[in-house]
Amino acid sequence: MDSEKADKEMLLDIKDLVVSVDNKEILHKVSLSIPYGETQVIFGPNGGGKTTLLMTIMGFPRYQVASGKIIFKGKDVTVMSVDERARLGIGIMFQRPPVVRGVKTRDMVAACLKKDNGEELIAELAGKANMTDFLSRDINHGFSGGEIKRSELLQLSAQSPNLVLLDEPESGVDLENISLIGSLINSLLGKVHPIRERTNSGLVITHTGHILNYINARTGYVMFEGKIICEGEPLDMLNTIKEKGYRECVKCLRK
Amino acid sequence: MPEKINSSNLEKARAAVNKRAALGADIDLNNYNSPAHEKPVNTDPSELSAKDKEKMLATGVILDDPSQRMGTFIQIDNTPVHYSAKQDGVEVMAVSQAKEKYDWFGDYWWKAVSVDADKYTAHVELNESNGYFIRTLPGAKTTFPIQACLYLNKVGAIQDVHNIIIAEEGSELHIITGCTTSLHNEPGLHIGVSEFYIKKGAKVTFTMIHNWEPAVGVRPRTGVIIEDNGLLLNNYVAMKPVGSLQLNPSAYCNGENATARFNSVLVAPSGSSMDVGSKVFLNGKGSKTEIIARTITTGGEIISRGYMEGNASDVKGHLECRGLILGDSGSIHAIPELKGNLAGIDLSHEAAVGKIAEEEVEYLMSRGLDRDEATSTIVRGFLNVDIEGLPPLLNDELQKAIKDSEEDMF
Ligand SMILES: Nc1ncnc2c1ncn2[C@@H]1O[C@H](COP(=O)(O)OP(=O)(O)O)[C@@H](O)[C@H]1O
Ligand SMILES: [Mg+2]
Repeated sequence: MDSEKADKEMLLDIKDLVVSVDNKEILHKVSLSIPYGETQVIFGPNGGGKTTLLMTIMGFPRYQVASGKIIFKGKDVTVMSVDERARLGIGIMFQRPPVVRGVKTRDMVAACLKKDNGEELIAELAGKANMTDFLSRDINHGFSGGEIKRSELLQLSAQSPNLVLLDEPESGVDLENISLIGSLINSLLGKVHPIRERTNSGLVITHTGHILNYINARTGYVMFEGKIICEGEPLDMLNTIKEKGYRECVKCLRK
Repeated sequence: MPEKINSSNLEKARAAVNKRAALGADIDLNNYNSPAHEKPVNTDPSELSAKDKEKMLATGVILDDPSQRMGTFIQIDNTPVHYSAKQDGVEVMAVSQAKEKYDWFGDYWWKAVSVDADKYTAHVELNESNGYFIRTLPGAKTTFPIQACLYLNKVGAIQDVHNIIIAEEGSELHIITGCTTSLHNEPGLHIGVSEFYIKKGAKVTFTMIHNWEPAVGVRPRTGVIIEDNGLLLNNYVAMKPVGSLQLNPSAYCNGENATARFNSVLVAPSGSSMDVGSKVFLNGKGSKTEIIARTITTGGEIISRGYMEGNASDVKGHLECRGLILGDSGSIHAIPELKGNLAGIDLSHEAAVGKIAEEEVEYLMSRGLDRDEATSTIVRGFLNVDIEGLPPLLNDELQKAIKDSEEDMF
């Protein structure tokens, strides 16, 4: 009974997730839970499986769940398609989104918004993301690194998912853009948002930790070789990692 | 027109009656009847049947309220039934009338297309075919486009058409042509010769929408001569089923800095065969061209050609053929060709044929679109050719035609 009750308080509950890509097992029994309204961060060295975890939560078919469960809003979404999960309230920021020729940024934002006559809202959201001039351009065509991030966050702000998955949102972003991106993410997760009242949850991958200046994260994890090896207070963890490297976290696992 | 020219054209045509075309399946003209070529009459086009008007409207030809058209021409089978122009400096009539009216007419008759190119051009000459004569006088500019409709009506008929388009110096001419038919599954054949003469500094936009039917054969034969600083912007849309369609218009950029641009949007449903190309000869110094083709097969066969030839210095051309294969059958054969005959020219091409990228579908699905919505959004984007220099009204018409046809696609 207790565990059922716990499920209901969690927006996302991942249990013993084993995931393969191209028949190679990448994630080995990963478990984590994100309560409603909370943002968590993942640290870890390259190749540790962080991106794989986010892509699996979103439901991209290449990422095959061998065992374990993904529970979202109390529903088992482990075998749900990407679009069903998106409609249920999961959204992801792509690191390298594809160019779709002839499909305009405006079309993408409108698709995310899922309602007609959203012109005014699209204009408002685009203004906030400093993307007004990009609305009539082919999506991602010739966009710089920072422009891709802003475009992704613009789309997410229209989609307004309850769970926001962000994969290194600050990577490749110059200083000028970082505060804009930080505040866009903050408004995606926080209370200040033109579409909704409630606080959303987030799962954020970060190398540098810069993004922690903009979001309020209570829980952090370190992923290493396909496992979560450490859990703690994000800023503490970041300091330890900065001082002693990920090796310290590995020790933590051995203990 | 002087008798001598007339008789030499006839001689050449007679010699070519059995000459197979270089491209496209050979069509036996004996399998068709030839409806009478009657004298042009000028009727009120709004009195055509509702069904015919609806067919015409789908190709951009508006008859009930043509306030956004500066002139109208309609030919049903082989007889012009309406011609009108509403603007000074703009002439719209049947070619048979222009032939009588202007003694210089022979200078424009079979000068951009060879009368003995093949048996189809020969057939058009030998049957004293009619068609439209559209001309802008020097400096005249059409505010709204002129519309023309070539309507194939009689079962088993050959429709012969011969059009002449002249944009005099410094004029600007916008034409929207709809070719369609009342036939359903019955056979018919449309042969349309079009000769364009774009004088110094003149600009012509020509937007042609073809809505045919599964048993109809279509053999347009087009030639365009462009003088110094002249511009042709040619848009072609064929998205409905068609039995056998073959066209390969040629533009001759003879003048300095002459420009020809071709945009084609083709969709071949199952059972359709389309062989569509554009040829541009860059003969004038500094002349330019761009050929863009977007093709989709949902089961039919498409050959998408492009040919550009550089024969003068400082010419520039770019050719882009992109094809999408939707579904399990159908084929697209892209044949881009470039020929340079001297140094100092700049011709390039890119061609790509394939399925929709799964990565793009998944991207859209992650925003909440289901697979079908994602696919149709990507296809709509693929067909969304940005046509530089097309007036907004015509661009709207074009987008509307594409949109209407898309509804049949999914
Ligand atoms: N397309 C792929 N094919 C095979 N292995 C892959 C592929 N993508 C990632 N991997 C492997 O999965 C592991 C985890 O990668 P990833 O999830 O990208 O880690 P991270 O995001 O932590 O850097 C790595 O060993 C990587 O080599
Ligand atoms: Mg990664």
